[in-house]
Formats: sequence, structure tokens, C-alpha cells
Amino acid sequence: MIVSPSPHVHSGDSVQKNMYGVLLALVPALAASVWFFGLGALIVTLTSVLACVLFEHLIQKFLLKKPSTIMDGSAAVTGLLLAFNLPTNIPLGLIIIGAAIAIGMGKMSFGGLGQNPFNPALVGRVFLLISFPVQMTSWPVPIAARGAYIDAVTGPTPLSVVKEGLSAGRPFSELTAEIPSYLNLFMGQMGGSAGEVAGVALLLGLLYMLIKKIVTWHIPVAVVGSIAVFTGVLHLSDPQAYASPLFHLLTGGVLLGAFFMATDYASSPMSKRGMLLYGAGIGIITVLIRIYGSYPEGVSFAILIMNAFTPLIDKYIKPKRFGEKPAVQKA
Amino acid sequence: MLKTFSLGGVHPAENKRSANSPVEVLPVPPVVSIPLAQHIGAPAQALVKKGDEVKVGQVIAQSAGFVSANIHSPVSGKVAKVDQVVDASGYRKAAIIINTEGDEWVEDIDRSAILVKEITASPEAIVKKIGEAGIVGLGGATFPAHVKLSPPPGKTCDVLIINGVECEPYLTSDHRLMLEKGEELLVGIRLLMTALHVKEAIIGIENNKPDAIAHMEKLASEYEGIRVQPLKVQYPQGGEKQLIDACMGRQVPSGKLPIEVGAVVHNVGTAYAVYEAVQKNKPLIERIVTVTGLSLARPANFLTRIGTPISALIEAAGGLPDDTGKIIGGGPMMGKALTSTEIPVTKGTSGVLLMPQPLASRKPVDPCIRCAKCVSVCPMGLSPYLLMPLAEKAIWDRAEEENVMDCIECGSCSFTCPSSRPLLDYIRLGKAKVGQIMRSRTANA
Repeated sequence: MIVSPSPHVHSGDSVQKNMYGVLLALVPALAASVWFFGLGALIVTLTSVLACVLFEHLIQKFLLKKPSTIMDGSAAVTGLLLAFNLPTNIPLGLIIIGAAIAIGMGKMSFGGLGQNPFNPALVGRVFLLISFPVQMTSWPVPIAARGAYIDAVTGPTPLSVVKEGLSAGRPFSELTAEIPSYLNLFMGQMGGSAGEVAGVALLLGLLYMLIKKIVTWHIPVAVVGSIAVFTGVLHLSDPQAYASPLFHLLTGGVLLGAFFMATDYASSPMSKRGMLLYGAGIGIITVLIRIYGSYPEGVSFAILIMNAFTPLIDKYIKPKRFGEKPAVQKA
Repeated sequence: MLKTFSLGGVHPAENKRSANSPVEVLPVPPVVSIPLAQHIGAPAQALVKKGDEVKVGQVIAQSAGFVSANIHSPVSGKVAKVDQVVDASGYRKAAIIINTEGDEWVEDIDRSAILVKEITASPEAIVKKIGEAGIVGLGGATFPAHVKLSPPPGKTCDVLIINGVECEPYLTSDHRLMLEKGEELLVGIRLLMTALHVKEAIIGIENNKPDAIAHMEKLASEYEGIRVQPLKVQYPQGGEKQLIDACMGRQVPSGKLPIEVGAVVHNVGTAYAVYEAVQKNKPLIERIVTVTGLSLARPANFLTRIGTPISALIEAAGGLPDDTGKIIGGGPMMGKALTSTEIPVTKGTSGVLLMPQPLASRKPVDPCIRCAKCVSVCPMGLSPYLLMPLAEKAIWDRAEEENVMDCIECGSCSFTCPSSRPLLDYIRLGKAKVGQIMRSRTANA
């Protein structure tokens, strides 16, 4: 007879289930990506996923001399998310470099799954952005660029149009006429990274992850909420000098970042209160970079900066304890 | 929206296979082994020795201090010896072994089925009778009931909470008791209310027992001050702190007892034993034990004499299934894996669960992925992901700061962990060590 301590049953949850759950949640966004960016989306996604999985396998088997854990799905998730953060006309070599940095430097060098202080896909993406700024900021036009890969037709994104327009002193209401409607923005009809464009697809993915309890609502709501509030206050103070909150939420990488990047387990806080603070920090820094910084998009940097604060947040912000609230006075 | 407790919790598969099996009286076994330590507190001291003749209900071991309990013979016969037997803890403990002869009871015990509803005893007399009858918490904690009914000076009780939750999967003894002995149970509750001088009693029952809720609600309508509180199914709702939170919205502060928020909690089985003791003069000598498991031929609920080896229950339920990998005394979340089938039923044995392979084996351990699910499910708001490495690395002062002593050992963390990490194992180690340190601190103060 087996004699071991309680509990004697298990929920059946596993690392694999969570990782494959994230992949499934990303399928709508993948479908949207292929719909808008066609060949480029397919090539970038496939390359990124294969490269990430391969690098993890090689590092584990040959450098670390340990069993390979690629079957748990976490390298595939990093690969897919890295792809979703790249423009779909980016050369193969750069994707492979990005994957090597993401997995090698962003994940394995810290000890592998569960040990990364930063989101590995974002480490790869930001490395590429800083090293290859030209290739990382040329954006294929949705639908029109479908049949091509490297020589896809490119154009400005709504985020860059508005940022440049506002800096030039043009009123926001004039600029909205030059970009797709909010509905089209939500559906994904805009230039941008492979996976960030279709808000509706990303939202479906979030709902799936919430139902499956892969993530909780705290980080997504805190990021989106803080961006909405911060930009809302600015927009109310001067509607022509500042873009509307809805514009900020639907363009760029906010939804992809809030739902899939900021929620990376190892680089985000462990308590609900901590998660709310972390999400709020990401939102505030994103807006600061978008409005006052020189980059049109700030989500990736905001997440990496808040990743650095996660250990501090975990040290000082503890979960709500039972009995913390004062006991109700008896009659 | 049904009420439940405010933090954490999990919902393991319920598997209440024996919920519709009426209680059967298990025949008196030929030999019983009665451990002297069946309760929290000092083990009882044996009053009998080899060769003594005993009757059912006769006191055979005496309470050894304030927090202790009497033990009564569950059979009539001759004491074979006072020896060491292996109990549910896996250790050898002192026990009285009796060879059964007939079934002769002590004279003044009322064995009839007549309901004795009228309460004539004073509060003090009730508490005294409960102590004499050796009643301990039958939910599994086995805390001596008369101690809980004697609040320390300065603390008052304004509500009695009766635990009919039975949140552990598989177990159904409390469910059947409520369905079959509802009237007696209510008299027992009324006795407890009298002893505590309270006017309000709440019976907490989880929503997976709609028949018990309906039945108890109907019966309780005759009793002023007693009401039923249906609760959402969530483990560990039966934990007394969680139950008080669910029923009353009051949270017992860290390190304190329920009396701190004016509540006293008793299991339904305990309340029934109180009825038998005060109204029928019958001490605690038997209890309902659920015998169950996925491969078991005939899951059942047996009224069992204390000291019966669990092999007798397993036989009566169809025999040990071939694929049995683990024998659990209690439920799957907090029960103890037993080392043999000769281990006796004690006052705290709520069930015997036969777990088939491969479910009985633990899964391989993966590294922590920092998913924070353990934090989400902890009903005490602790951080198991942190308590485990603190215990592993023996950093006891940090473990104490992180409130390791608040852990109620419900197992929700280990149950949930996607990496199958043995969180509770290490937290228990932390509690043992930190407890030791705290005790030596007050001793040296």
C-alpha cells in the first residue's frame, strides 16, 4: 500500500495544459493575423515558433545536458508571442536572432521555465527593435500586403499617424478622418505587429483563458483601466491635443500586451493586489512613452520596466490574509 | 447567490457514491482495539487491566487533564491486554484490546428508539454529562467537546454553528445522519444552545445535499432560533474558520479561536452524540463510518463500534478491490494513508476510502512556474509557493513572518499546483519547526 501525506487527489492541472491553453487562446489572433497579413504572417509565425522550440531543445540537451522540456509548450508560446510582436515582412535572419535572444537570454540563462524575470518574447522583441530599428518599424498594410512577404507593401500605422500629427499641432478630430473607424480598428484593419491588430480576436482569447483559469482578470483590467483613465483625463483636458482613450486602447500593442504579455507567470506578481499595481504601472508608463516619449508605442518597454519591479512588489505586497479585516463586532 | 467563505477554495470531484445508502449497523467484531489517544489533548489513562470484565458503555479510560476525554468500552467481554497497536498516525500507541463476549450494556443506558425531546438538565449539568460521556469533535478534529462548551472568562458566545457541510469528497456519514436522525440532531443542538446560553444556532449544509437541506429546514421550523444555511459547494467550507466566515461573515483573527468572534462550531455527529449522552445516558461508543472508493463493490455507511478493525468494514462493503493502491482514513483531501487494514476505527474516523491505482500514486514534480494558483486557492490567504522553499531551506523566521502557523492543512494548494509540487508536505514541516520555536520562546520567556 502506498503511504504518503495528504492530499491524495489532484486537480489534474499541468504546465502543459496551461501552455496549450494559451496557444489555443491565441488561435483567433493567429487567424486574424493570417487574414490581414497572409503569407508574411505565416512565414514569420512558423519561423519564430520553430526557432524558439529548436533553441530551447538544443540548449537543454547539449549545453545544459538535461532532458528537453519542449513538450510542455512554453517555448512554443514564446515563439508565437514573439511572432505576434513582429512586423510580418521582417527577414528570416532577424526572426532567428530574436528567437535566440528570447529563449537563450530571456529564459534559459535565468534557469528556464518559472525563472525568467522578464517576459522572454519581449526581451527578443526589444532587442530586435533597438538593433534593427528600420526593419522593426516598417509595417505591411493589411489585406493589400497579403500575397507577399519581404516585399509586402508598407504604410504608416494609425498610432504613428496620430502621434506625428499631434506633435505637428494638428487637431485630433482631423486626424481621426485619416485612420480607420473605431470598429475597424477593433476588428484589426490597421497596420501593426502580426498579432496586435485584431482587438476582437485578442478579447476572445482572453475570455477563453479566464474561463479556463489560465489567467485572472486583475492584470488585463489594471492595464486597460489605467490606460483608459490616464488618457481619458488627458483627452478631457484637451480633446484636440490628446487622442481619445478608445483610440489608445485599440491601437498598437495594448490589448496584446495587457492580455498575453503582461500576464506571463514568472515575470508578474504573485498576489492579486500586486497584480493590480503592476498593471497600473504598465498602463501609466505606456501612456507616458506614447505621449511624451519619442517612440509611438510604449507597451513593450512598460512591461519590461514593470517586470523589473515584480520582485519588489512581491516582497512588500502580500495577498489578503484571512482574518485581516477586523472581526465584525458581536451584538 | 449562495453564501460561501471569502478567500480561495477548490472544488474537487464530489464522488458521493454512498449518499443514498442508508446507515447499516455493522455487527460487533470479535476483537476491538481501543487507542487511549483518540482526541486532541492528553491521552486517557487506562482504568482496566488484563482479565477485567467490561460491559458496553462502561468507562475504561479516564480523562487525564482539562483537555482530554474519557473512553468507554464499545463491547462487552474481557480485556485481553493493554498493549501498543499501530493507529492511523502510523505509530504504535497504547490501546486496550478486548475480546468480545455477547453484547451486554451498562444498565442505565436507554437503548430505545423513542425520541426524548424535553430538556430537563441545567447548562452546567449538560456540559458535565458531555464530558463524562467522552464526546469529542466527530468531524475529525476530535477536540474534547466539553472544553469548547466552557468559554474562557471574558469571552462570550452569541451563536452556535452546526457543521453539516461535509466538504470532503466521498464522505457521506453526516449526510445520512441528517436524513435519518434529524429530530434527535435538533434536540442535540438545543442541548448545546442551552449549555452555551445562546439563542441562535445555524446549521450549515452544502448545496450538494438538497434532500438534507429540505429535511432539516422542515424539522427546524419547529425549533425557535435554529435555522438552516444552504451553502455553495466549495472546499474547505467545513473548516470551522471558513464555516463561520460563510455563515456569519466573521473572520477569526490569526492565532485565535472561534470564541474570539463569539462563535462555537460543532459537527452534526457531535450534536447527535450529545443528544444520546444527555437524553439517553449513552456515552460515545460508536459512530457512522462511510466506506467508499471508485472500485469498491458496495459503498456504504456503517454504524460502527469504536475499535472495530477497518478490515471488517471493507469486507462488509464487498471486500478490498484488487486495484487498491492506497487505504485512506478520512477523505481524500485531509485523510491519512493507512499502513494496514487492522487499524481500528476511532472516534475521529469519518470514513475509509479505498483509492485505486494509478490515482493513488503521486505525479512527478516539476519546477514552480509562478502561476500563483496556490495563492488564489489558499483559504487562509497564504503564499504556499514561498512557504515551501522557506521550509526547504530552513528559514524559520521568515516562515513565521509569512504566517505559516495559520495554515489549516486543507491541501488546496497541493491539489491545484500544475507542477504537482508537494507544497503541503513542506508547509507541515514549517509548522512543526516554527511551532517548536514558538513554544520554546514562551517557555524561556
